[in-house]
This record gives sequence, C-alpha cells and structure tokens, in this order.
Amino acid sequence: MEALWFWLLALMLTTYVVLDGFDLGAGIAHLLIAKTEDERKAVLESIGPFWDGNEVWLIAAGGTLFLAFPTLYAASFMGFYLPLIIVLWLLMFRGLSIELRNHAPSPMWLPLWDVCFAGSSALLAVFLGAALGNVVRGVPLDAQQEFFLPLWTDFQPGREPGILDWYTVTVGATAFCALWMHGLLWVERKTSGTLSERASAMARRVALGVAVLTVVVTAATFVVRPEMWQRFADAPWGLVFPVAAVAGLGTVMAGKRPFAGSATYLVGMMLSAAFSLFPVVLPSSTDPALHLTIYNTASGAYSQSIALWWWIPGIVLTTGYFTMLFRKFGSKVS
Amino acid sequence: MDYALALHRFQFAFTITYHYLFPQLTMGLALLIVVLKTLHLRTDDVRYAQAARFWAKIFGINFAFGVVTGIPMEFQFGTNWSRFSKAAGGVIGQTLALEGMYSFFLESTFLGLFLFGEKQLGRIGHWVTAFLVFLGSWLSGFFIIATDAWMQHPVGYTTLPDGRIQLESLSALLLNPWTFWMYLHNMTGSVVTGAFAMMASGAYYLIAGKHVEQGKLFLRIAVPVATVAAIAMLFPTGDGQGKNLAKYQPITLAAAEGLFDTEAGAPIAVLGQPDANRGKLDNPLLIPRMLSMITYQRWDAEVKGLNHFPKDQWPDQIELLYYSFHIMVGLGTIFIGLTVLTSFYLWRGTLFRSRWLLWVLMLAVPFPFIANTAGWFAAELGRQPWLIYGLMKTSEGYSVRVSAGNTLFTTLGFLGMYGLLSILYLFLMQRELEHGPSSEEAAH
Repeated sequence: MEALWFWLLALMLTTYVVLDGFDLGAGIAHLLIAKTEDERKAVLESIGPFWDGNEVWLIAAGGTLFLAFPTLYAASFMGFYLPLIIVLWLLMFRGLSIELRNHAPSPMWLPLWDVCFAGSSALLAVFLGAALGNVVRGVPLDAQQEFFLPLWTDFQPGREPGILDWYTVTVGATAFCALWMHGLLWVERKTSGTLSERASAMARRVALGVAVLTVVVTAATFVVRPEMWQRFADAPWGLVFPVAAVAGLGTVMAGKRPFAGSATYLVGMMLSAAFSLFPVVLPSSTDPALHLTIYNTASGAYSQSIALWWWIPGIVLTTGYFTMLFRKFGSKVS
Repeated sequence: MDYALALHRFQFAFTITYHYLFPQLTMGLALLIVVLKTLHLRTDDVRYAQAARFWAKIFGINFAFGVVTGIPMEFQFGTNWSRFSKAAGGVIGQTLALEGMYSFFLESTFLGLFLFGEKQLGRIGHWVTAFLVFLGSWLSGFFIIATDAWMQHPVGYTTLPDGRIQLESLSALLLNPWTFWMYLHNMTGSVVTGAFAMMASGAYYLIAGKHVEQGKLFLRIAVPVATVAAIAMLFPTGDGQGKNLAKYQPITLAAAEGLFDTEAGAPIAVLGQPDANRGKLDNPLLIPRMLSMITYQRWDAEVKGLNHFPKDQWPDQIELLYYSFHIMVGLGTIFIGLTVLTSFYLWRGTLFRSRWLLWVLMLAVPFPFIANTAGWFAAELGRQPWLIYGLMKTSEGYSVRVSAGNTLFTTLGFLGMYGLLSILYLFLMQRELEHGPSSEEAAH
C-alpha cells in the first residue's frame, strides 16, 4: 500500500511538472520571444485557460502527500520553511500577473506585470529544481524526524548543507532550461507566424543546453548520492526511465513532435529520480538509519486504503475535466 | 507564551483572516450567480444575463485573490504547524486531499469555461458551468469546515502510543455532528456577505444615477436573499451551533458570554468589558435569565461559569474571544433588523426612492465581512488552549525548528505582500464598479 501511494504521488508530481511546466516555461520565454503587445497577448492566451488548473496539480499533490505520508509532509515543510514561503510569494506574484495584466491596458501596467510574470516563472523553475535537488541530496534529519535548513551555508552538499549548494543549483539550472524548452515548444505549438517560428528556433538552441546539463546533473547526482547506482543495478527495468528521457530529448532535437518529446523527457527525468530514491522519500545527510522512507512516514493502513476509494474516482473525474478542457481550447490562439 | 509560538499563531491568524475575506464573498456570489443564470433561463430576460456577466467579473477577480492567498494555507499546516501535521495528518490529510481532488480541480476547470465560454457553450451549457463553479466552491467549504470541526470536536480516531492520531472511520470524520451546524452557519454567513455586496452595488448605482435598471435588479434579487440568510444566521444555524458549544465546549461558551460565576437563570451580557484577572464583567448591560433560556430552554437553568473550570483549561485570550463573539452576535442582530426593514420597503415599492436607506445599504458592505471574521475568531479562540480539542495543546503543535527570527521575517513579508494586494484589489474593484454592467453581448 505504501509503495502504491509512493507511485501515485510520483505520478501526480510528474503530471504537475509536465503541465505547469509548459506555462512556467512560457513565462520564462515571455519577454524573450514576444516583442509586440499582440505577441505577448498571444503567449498569455496560450496558457490562459490552463495555468490555474495545472497549478492545482501541485496543491492536490500536496494534499495527497499530507494524506498518505503525513510525517514526510510535516518534516519537509518545517525543514524547507524559508524556500517554501518564498515559493508561495512567487506563486502569488505569478498568479496575479497573469490574472490582473489585462484588467487595465495602460503603458505602465502592462510591462510591470510582464516582468513580474517572467521573473516569478523563472525563479519558480529554479526553486522547483533546487527542491528536487534537496530531496535527492538529503537533509540533516534528527532522531525526531525533524530538520531545518538555512537558504545556504558554504554551498557544499555535505552533512550540514543549505538549500542552495553547487549540486542543488545545478539541478535548479537544469530544471530552468528544461522548462524553458518545454514552454517554448508549447508556444510554438499553440501560436502561428513569426512568434511560433521564433519560439521554435530558440527551443532548438535551448535543447542543446538541456542535453549538456542533463549529462552534468546525472554525473553530479552519482557523486552526491552514489547509492543511486545500486537501485538501477538491482532492478534494471528501471533503466526505462532514463532511456525515455534521452529518447524524448532526442525527439526534441530531431524536431518531430517536439512538444511530446519534451514531455517525455520531463516524465523520464522525474520518474528516474523517483525510481532511484524508492523506498526512501527524504534521505538523511548524516546517517542512513535516519532516512525517511515510505514506511516510517505513512499515515496508517486504514487511512491509506480507505482513501483509494475516493482517490480513484477523483482522478478519473479530473482526467475527464482536463481532457475536456484541452479539447475545448485545443486550437491555436489567433 | 513562547515568542516563536506567538509569531506562528499570529502569522497563521493573519494569513487565514486575510484569505477568508475573498472566499466568503465568492461562495456567496456563486450562489447568487446561479440564481441570476436560472432566472435568465426561465424568463429569457436578457438583463439577468447582463447582471450575471457583471457579477462573474467581480467573482473572477475575487476568486483570483482567493486562490493566491489560499495556496499559503495548504502549505502552512506543514510549515508552521509541523508537529500538529505529523500527529494529525492521518486524519485531516483526508479532508484536505479530498478538497484538492474534488473541489479545486472542479473549480479551476469550470471557472475558465464559465468566464470565457458563454458564447460557445450555449445557454444551458453555460448554466451548467456556473452551477459546477458553485458546487466546487461549496464543496471546498465543506472539506475545510470538516477539517476544522474535527479540531473542535475530534471523532473517528485512535491515538497510537507514539502520539500520532490515526483515522478509524472516514464516515465518522465526514459526518461529525459539529460539522453540520458549523457548515450551514458558515455558508449562510457567506451568502449574507454576497447578498450585502450585491445590495450595496445596487444602492450605489441608484444613488449615483448610473446603471439604474441594473441597480434595481440587483436590489430585487439580493434583498430577499439577504433577509432569509440574515435570519437563518440566528435560527436555525446559529442556534444549532450555540447548542453544540454548550454541549461540547461549555468553557468556551462561558468565556464568550463573559460569564464567570455559575448561575441558575444566567443573564446575557449585551455590553460590558471582561476583567479576567478579577473574574468579573465591568459596566455590564444584562438581559436577565436570557442565556439559560436560549441555551437550555428554561429560564432558571444552570449555566456553568468560567470559575467552575480549572484555569489551565480556560481559553488564553478571553477578552478577544468575548469581543469577537459579541461583535458577531451584535452585527448579526443588526443585519436582521436592516434586511427585514429593507424587505418591507421593497415590498411597499418605496425602496428605490428612499435615499437614506440606500445610503445605509451602501455603507453596510464591510460589516458582513467583519461579522464573519469575528465569528471565526470566536470559533478558533474558543478552541484554545487546544489545537485539537482535548487531544493536543496549541503549544505542542507548532514547528519548533523554525525560529522566531525566521517566522518574523516571513510574517513581515506577508504583511508587505498583503498590503500590496489590498491596494491592487481596491483599484481593480473600483474599475469594475465604475465600468458597471454593460449592455454589450457576451464576450467570446
């Protein structure tokens, strides 16, 4: 049961990254590819009906984490207090920029929100990547399953690291480029004319950066957490995830169905991370006996099993909503 | 009190109080928009569709503010109340995850369709999206009330030896007797807020001489709704909630009423300032025997005063609890008087000419927000010193590893952020109100 919830949660977070990833990425690319007011409107319109629902995947994943692994939720939210609050502020700024921009079309109002939108999107991508980096690297958990991390210490991923060190910043940079690419490909798909062409050309170049960073981050991960090799050696079927990531990125570079390619890349990367951590959900940087795992953080057998009874119909409904939404707003924006 | 604990409490109280200014309006408006869309379907009168479109815009802005200020709430259970989350996550994780799954996805999907899809969807399709947005927001309210009700009156759980609380029955959690009245009371309160906002806008348009037809329509719809809701706040919902309080939290009742000594035939204090140190109410204005009557339906029934209970069980903010409760009840009483009077004027056909009453209605708009906020203060302060009533003290539930310095840092940040949000909000609402309901066709 614990393993089942682990994978359901991994799937929810992966869905979040793939869906919100394209609107975050569109935000990163916003100022770089959209030059005229019409183009900027087109970028915003391409994500308009989707971004809020996409973000709900993060909230719903948070709720599901709380439900299935409350100890993990409690430990990580206290330990990552500062970056989480900063992420909240960024999410607030970003939501407001998208929603409020078009309420008052004045030459002061519009660029203000455009910059807020692009800036908060970019920082969110870096922070989300760094968050994943922190989970892989581990944190100084104590015997009460608690910790607190400052934003940075000496930028070294040692026993007493900060949120930001050279490793997590590298993961953050990778996430930033990956989502940037993902967003460009979304804009390419959803718009037409010069805007679409510009996005396409930039995506090809960013994809090269993503490829380099993927190699770097993979190497760095095995330096920081060598035992991750072991998981792939024990269960070689797991190699399907990194292979999918590579294939996805290859598809982007080849230029055929590139958006599907970058989605596959993101799924592959996320599930590779999940697979190589399992059954650990938050490693201890000081003592492997203090790792938080799916077993010592679970909410209880009744709680986890009764929740499946409403969770499955819920996810079926949600899939229905999203299918309908993407069909309804499936065409290119004008 | 520990400084860090005090800051965690202040931060959560501030962010949730600010957040709830928006949902109480949108949940009320969601119902009123469904009413307007239904009237449009049944009468084919295009003015109802115009009114619905105007309120949809107001709803959209308020919903966006509700979402951006609501996201922190889901995080703050963990960031600020980590020990509580660890202990109780096995129970309240259910209701919070249910909210994400069943209401947030519903709302976010159909709000977009509702706001932008009027032309494509057709009349019935658009009514359906309005209804689903209403359903989503009211479901969200239910899951939050179910969560809070469990903290007020925990049911359906067992406690493990290590202190963690595990769920034993999901149905008991969802059918908690505390939830029923609290939910109805809270949702009726949001209808009061929504209806007062609609009345105030209507009154404003009549006074200003703009959009007069729409202003009259707003008043014709909102006045009866406000009247029914204001009365229902007292009876049956407030009455039911009060009886739950008397049954399950008698200390809270005593503190909220400012009753220190146990009395047979206890009075109700209309005014007065509690002095918790000396255990008496200064400058009291009392209605004799009334508290006994409304609590136990007997004029001479005994009501336990605070002194009956050990001091370490007393709520730690008796004064604020007392004032919150009295502000809520006092404003609620005034709302009943005002809405009944307005209904009478509307029925006689003189409301639209009675400028003094229109002025009163226009200026009344902040007060339902204050009353709802005061009601929540009464509920949450009344639960103290418990975080989970009888199970976990507030002082045991906070994030001990987050220092006062870090909490103050983010608290100041929230204060700054929300100050900025307030300016933006007032600016945008003023624009929409000035623009008013237009007679244009639906935007595509």
